[in-house]
Amino acid sequence: MSEKKKSPYIIPIGPTHPALKEPVMFTFEMEGEQVSSVDFSPGQTHRGIEWMGMRRNPVQIVHLTDRICGICGVVHTLSFSLAVEQIADIQVPERADYIRVILHEFERIQSHLLWAGVAAHELGFDSLLHLTWRVREQAMDVIENLTGNRVNYGIVQVGGVRRDIVPEQHRIIEECLTTYEGLLEKLLNLFLNDRTIAMRCRDCGVLSRKDAIELCTVGPTSRASGVNMDLRQDYPYAAYGDLDVRAILPDQHMGETRGDVYDRIVVRLLEVGQSCGIIRQCLSEMPAGEITAEPKLAKLLAICKKATGEAIGRVEAPRGECLHYVRMDGKESPTSWKVKASSYSNLMSWIPMLRGEQIADIPIIVASIDPCLSCTDRVAVVRSGSRSILTKDDLHRLSVEKTRRLQR
Amino acid sequence: MTEMVLSPEQVMERFTARFGTGIREAHIRERREGKKKVPHYTLWIDLDRELLRPAIQALIEIRYPHLSVIGANDLGDSIRLLYIFSIQYGEVKGEYMVTLAVTLPKNDLSVPTISDLIPGAVFGEREKQEFLGVKVTGIPDNRRLFLPEDFPEGVYPWRKDETGLPDDMIKELWRSKRPTDRPVPPAGEKELCELPAEGTPPKEGSS
Repeated sequence: MSEKKKSPYIIPIGPTHPALKEPVMFTFEMEGEQVSSVDFSPGQTHRGIEWMGMRRNPVQIVHLTDRICGICGVVHTLSFSLAVEQIADIQVPERADYIRVILHEFERIQSHLLWAGVAAHELGFDSLLHLTWRVREQAMDVIENLTGNRVNYGIVQVGGVRRDIVPEQHRIIEECLTTYEGLLEKLLNLFLNDRTIAMRCRDCGVLSRKDAIELCTVGPTSRASGVNMDLRQDYPYAAYGDLDVRAILPDQHMGETRGDVYDRIVVRLLEVGQSCGIIRQCLSEMPAGEITAEPKLAKLLAICKKATGEAIGRVEAPRGECLHYVRMDGKESPTSWKVKASSYSNLMSWIPMLRGEQIADIPIIVASIDPCLSCTDRVAVVRSGSRSILTKDDLHRLSVEKTRRLQR
Repeated sequence: MTEMVLSPEQVMERFTARFGTGIREAHIRERREGKKKVPHYTLWIDLDRELLRPAIQALIEIRYPHLSVIGANDLGDSIRLLYIFSIQYGEVKGEYMVTLAVTLPKNDLSVPTISDLIPGAVFGEREKQEFLGVKVTGIPDNRRLFLPEDFPEGVYPWRKDETGLPDDMIKELWRSKRPTDRPVPPAGEKELCELPAEGTPPKEGSS
């Protein structure tokens, strides 16, 4: 950039990130306050998990997949297991399918509530952040009760699950669901009927339906743009074939679809209520029986070692489609393993979303797709060759100030 | 875009009828789970490299597909790329996976870009270039994606041949032991903590 040139100036944000605790490197070209173009480079914490997996056996990989994501402890293990089960032709007991779905949905509840809190924080509503994160605790407690862990659940195994849900636990689950169903109205009211949230989020970070489809986005990000896709509806895996799940689209609640940050809030909050319904249905329809096709790990490993073929396991994670492709050639470890997390598909949608928006809107737009990479500390602003560092706090302050200005 | 719902057999028929001998291998895999055993399907189609783009066009004619990811196998003397799509999403229990696979010999690892047909594919194509050393011709963005800038050229982490990760780049943390060239830290006798007498409440501020 030449010394004389005043605009556009470049703002690099990252490799750690202003909005979430996730590292990604952004480069913004600015025209005054407006973003004129966006570029980003992920991979700041690439750990080579696929490389590691191709040198381990499926029983070991299950523990690796549990640790791919700190929030989604079920989805990666579940997708991987679904793929291996198809290759080795393992029939999962029906009860295990239901237990998998129950945990899967609790994961969605806690993830969406966590996200709602982050969104509130980015907008400067820290009391709302504390409220949502406090109510999220109940879901975490239930997950801990069911699996033994708050994170890295270690519950899904190839062939089934590792712990049953006993009748005494039904009461705890019921209590939690009742609380959330009672709370949902309040949360919807707090988020959607707040004038300031509407001012900050309506028509902000818009992703058109066409872009959502062409950029291969998934999950709440694409549903908020009016794309009718939800694996739980479209692709009957685990017990979802028995359940009657329908994709939640913003126009069902708002009467229209604008594809902005606001619509993404609508979709995620409504999905919390939907998940409660799914868990209820699972609890009442759950069949009795075994919870795993093969409880003896040595035997399970022997079955996996003999398996040849390739398969795809895919599930609807809180952020959208999570897909694992596995190919096994009768050896101990898979020949190929490709993990496609949901955010992998969603990151490209940042580019059309951020174009034309202001610096202070960057945190909430970036957070609105609920990116799952990993965190941020400083932002360097290069203006006409001189360089100053904006910390995460500065960016957050800019966002809060914008909210305050609007409230005046 | 047509909005009719095709069965997996009909989708497969379209491909076999249109591409004939260009299809090397094709089969439909069915899987049933849950109590009602509602099936879901995956169509596996292996075809010639020249047919990749026409095949994706054929898919777009059915309905605009969702590109999930591009997977890959290193098969020794060749690399097989799998373009994993899903079509007919939005149809209740009517979505299928369609996997279009092309095999590239290692002496000619090039494949045409599909990013003009499906803009979101750029992400996966960049990843395949850096992790497998495949050359995507016509790719609009040739940069690396996940690997760091200082990662050496000509090393491709997913390859299983001599261009894969060399042993000296692998850090085996489990092998690392306590360094031996450092003094042993002075670890004195642990002090016993005083237990409060039975019945007395713990003092304010102490734990």
